[in-house]
Amino acid sequence: MRGRPMARVKYYRALNRALHEEMARDDRVILLGEDVGASGGIFAQTRGLYETFGPARVRDTPIAENGFVSAAVGAAMTGLRPVVEVGFEDFLTCCMDPLVNQAAKLRYMLGGQVSVPMLLYTFGGGGVNAGPQHSQSLAAWFAHVPGLKVVMPATPRDVLGLVKSGIRDDNPVLCLLSKKLIGSTGEVTGEGDDTLVPLGAADIARQGRDATLVALGQMRAPALAAADLLAAGGIDVEVIDPRSASPLDMVCIAASVRRTGRLAVVQEAHAPCSLAAEIVAAIAEAGIALRATPRRITPPFAPSPFAPQLERAFLPDAERIASTLRDMVAA
Amino acid sequence: MAASSSVAPERALALYRTMCEIRAFEQAAVKGYRDGHLPGFIHVSLGQEACAAGACGALVEGDLITSTHRGHGHCLAKGADPGRMLAELYARADGYAKGRGGSMHIADVAAGVLGANGIVGQSMGLGIGAALSLQVRGQPNCVVAFFGEGASGTGIAHEAMNMAALWNLGIVFFCESNRYAELSPYDTHVSVPDVAGRAAAYGFTGVVVDGEDVMAVHAAVAEAAARARAGGGPSLIEAKTYRWHGHYEGDPQTYKPEAERRNDEGLDPIARFARGAAALGLDPARLEGAREEAEARIAAALAWAGSLQSPPAAALTEDVYAGQAHGAG
Ligand SMILES: Cc1ncc(C[n+]2csc(CCOP(=O)(O)OP(=O)(O)O)c2C)c(N)n1
Ligand SMILES: [Mg+2]
Repeated sequence: MRGRPMARVKYYRALNRALHEEMARDDRVILLGEDVGASGGIFAQTRGLYETFGPARVRDTPIAENGFVSAAVGAAMTGLRPVVEVGFEDFLTCCMDPLVNQAAKLRYMLGGQVSVPMLLYTFGGGGVNAGPQHSQSLAAWFAHVPGLKVVMPATPRDVLGLVKSGIRDDNPVLCLLSKKLIGSTGEVTGEGDDTLVPLGAADIARQGRDATLVALGQMRAPALAAADLLAAGGIDVEVIDPRSASPLDMVCIAASVRRTGRLAVVQEAHAPCSLAAEIVAAIAEAGIALRATPRRITPPFAPSPFAPQLERAFLPDAERIASTLRDMVAA
Repeated sequence: MAASSSVAPERALALYRTMCEIRAFEQAAVKGYRDGHLPGFIHVSLGQEACAAGACGALVEGDLITSTHRGHGHCLAKGADPGRMLAELYARADGYAKGRGGSMHIADVAAGVLGANGIVGQSMGLGIGAALSLQVRGQPNCVVAFFGEGASGTGIAHEAMNMAALWNLGIVFFCESNRYAELSPYDTHVSVPDVAGRAAAYGFTGVVVDGEDVMAVHAAVAEAAARARAGGGPSLIEAKTYRWHGHYEGDPQTYKPEAERRNDEGLDPIARFARGAAALGLDPARLEGAREEAEARIAAALAWAGSLQSPPAAALTEDVYAGQAHGAG
């Protein structure tokens, strides 16, 4: 069905639309979080939900991340499909237990007697001068845990499609959104089930022959900008946005690297034990012959600074990505 | 035993039988562990049988419980099968968790047992979630969340009780106050004489009951559960009891005073019940019959569990995801 034609939609509106559509579709879906109710959310991301679905299904919580995420797990085990908002990704440290020890393990640990269908979304990442406790990208922590799924949409289309798919999934899904992209716009086509994006499927954001550039989360935009810079110099880069950190679409990434023979990964998380490290290791283990040494393009191993000029130097940008790839192609 | 007079003798006898089953189960587990048949480590609830039996005995079909690392009694009393429980302790494929969970992860979701849990305090968070689910789905049941006085010091205890009050959830927070949390006494963990007093901070009822008296526990939970099912919101019950054994089996318990270790006070909820049984209309022969039935049931369960197979290697990666096919690693 190709109902509504292509429309330009804001990132946070795509989230709002996904929540509206899934709550309307399935009355087991409830929403919990700080200020998600009548106030409509700090970024207006939950506007209209309380009015449409009422106080039983849209609940403001007290400031108790451990408690309300644990409550969401208990509700998911007993017939609901909770969606939970945790305002900033950094605050996930306060609910590690219900995510890692409860949601992720209960199905396995209880012999398959339960499933834990819930989606937690949160806003993370840098670029808005939010300082060390409000800028982190922690996808790798959760991608390390069997039982969890992790997505990191970087476009309105993928926010809509991945949040909808995540709510319908029977497993606990973490959706790591970008603060910086909240007001960004992008094209969304179709409606209803046409908009679903499968979990674990990468997106080839740009096709190219000379190198594979994997860009995680909101690094998608600077990676595409770098590819434009490089194209002007005759270097043709393939940009892959994995969209899901777990499951990670290594089939797509490996196929690309086989074609191009070069691999760089850009992320705003630190390099050690990261998704970039994982992707490079997986390519090495696959025995794919490379024409250049693979590279990880990441911030330095320090917390994210507040000062705008420091944060600009901290985060990978198009220029830095382009120069790394130029070196790789020249090597 | 003021609360007991309204309970029919059959009902009282059933509570007694449950206590005897828990006692026999825990004794079998302790022996199996000492003899080297059970891997890992176990926490038993000997001496605390009146709490589990009294509390779960006040529940009806559709009510749910969340439990703790010391959960054997809760699971049994809510209707879990002792054979499948022992099979889990023996790490067998027919155990409730298919041998993947062990003592701390026994659940029987169909019977309303949402699981023991290895993380202190989480029974309360998961419990309010289950109560929220009942409320949203309009189901007239309640949840009992078991926890210990040690758990009362966790942040999630406060978070869960506050949220339960804010949302008027149908939950009974049941604190088994058994004098110790791991190796240290009540005073190390709790700043006030009674955990039950904390309920006042959330604006709901908190009561202390004699956790050695199954009829008193039963009466308190029956009242709180009826209130919870009827939309009257949460409450807190603290049952004062005594953990006979160490924190874990094999714990030398050097931190307990000698007299307490010997149980000079003679604390024993089963003997206590027997002393008051005549007043409940139960003669010694009926008690004896119930005890024998309980012991026979556990003995049969033990024989069955011991005869089973270990899980096959293929089970290693089963049930990680619903629908599976994740494919990492
Ligand atoms: C979050 C967490 N911290 C510490 C432990 C280790 N631990 C297991 S049981 C226990 C004591 C719990 O005491 P209490 O709540 O009184 O329960 P009891 O053992 O007396 O039944 C501790 C500290 C744990 N399992 N989880
Ligand atoms: Mg204790």
